[in-house]
Amino acid sequence: MKRFYALIQPFLEFCGALGRRLHFLVTSLVLVPSALARPRQFIEQLFYVGSVSFILIAVGGLFVGLVLALQFYTALSRFGATSSLGGLVTLALLRELGPVLTALLFAGRAGTSLASELGLMRATRQIDAMEVMAVDPMRRVVAPRFLAGILAMPLLAAIFSAMGVLGAYLIGIKMMGLDPGVFWSSMRHEVRFHSDFVNGMIKSLIFGVACSLISLYEGYHARPTAEGVGQATTRSVVISSMAILALDFLLTSFMY
Amino acid sequence: MRSIRTLEVTTGLFVLLGVAALFYLATQTTNYRSYGGRSYQVRAFFNNVGGLHVGAPVRMGGVTVGRVTRIHYSMTRYQAEVDLLISDHYDKIPADSTAAILTQGVLGEQYIGLSPGGAPTFLHKGSTIHFTQSAIILENLLGQLLTHGSHSGK
Repeated sequence: MKRFYALIQPFLEFCGALGRRLHFLVTSLVLVPSALARPRQFIEQLFYVGSVSFILIAVGGLFVGLVLALQFYTALSRFGATSSLGGLVTLALLRELGPVLTALLFAGRAGTSLASELGLMRATRQIDAMEVMAVDPMRRVVAPRFLAGILAMPLLAAIFSAMGVLGAYLIGIKMMGLDPGVFWSSMRHEVRFHSDFVNGMIKSLIFGVACSLISLYEGYHARPTAEGVGQATTRSVVISSMAILALDFLLTSFMY
Repeated sequence: MRSIRTLEVTTGLFVLLGVAALFYLATQTTNYRSYGGRSYQVRAFFNNVGGLHVGAPVRMGGVTVGRVTRIHYSMTRYQAEVDLLISDHYDKIPADSTAAILTQGVLGEQYIGLSPGGAPTFLHKGSTIHFTQSAIILENLLGQLLTHGSHSGK
């Protein structure tokens, strides 16, 4: 019996870890309305999660658009099909690169700061102090950050894609001298509102949930030492990145 | 007090820019607008729609005037029924116009080409286009060519 238990121990631990994360997710989701009831805290978190990532996302999007357009242009010019450059770049941005790269940058920029902030609150006993004062830390600390993360992600992804389109415009029309009419009309002809734009935004919403959840969970349950906080921060980036890429594959296979 | 105000303003600016980017992507880079506006629906029956799909453009003289909104098989006429949504700007299309399923380029997308007829009445909401030309299926064409070739060879 003991042997059997030792055999299934890792499996049970895995199930326990999964269950704790699910419990964390459900608790955070249930507390989202209470976060909306305290708009000041929520706005403050939206600033720390969204506004501070703005420059990084905008510059990232611009350069991805520039590179994509340049690569597509050289590839397409071999077949004399440079007229579909606008449509191709926008499709790539809206469907995949916008949501995925934004989520990866978000995990590095905002996710780490969430994890280390919560980890430090845990290490300096601030979370324990709240519990002693009968303030629910899930409601007070986690919920506003969670909601801010969910809302910021689609907005950041949209900014990323829009900047990418601007980059493609700069390369295609200003540098390579494509006809602007052909460029924009190929975009409108290729890109479908529902299957491309809406699905991309659904993707980034789901990435927002996954990314904030993982970062907050790792921070909240960090070991209360300096080392523990560091580990929690690292784990939040690693797990978020893997979750984003795996989720992207799953979502893409369901959507298209 | 000052820092809180900057924080609020920056957050507001971020949300505003994000929503503006969403709006821009939705309306300017997708085909969203072509579904909007005032339009009317007409029907056309084809023996074979080939690779035509929902969302394909309807063109007159190369200009997009509408879109395909529905394709299904009519069990009363035993033909494929295609619903076309045509923009209200083009409300003077003669009732005896011809609809043909054409292909853009050699391997391009299929679309519906309308050629105007000469009737004094116009297509309106719910009317049917009677003169249609099905998609050209390359396999059938090749098959006909091959059988024809072998017959003439003998």
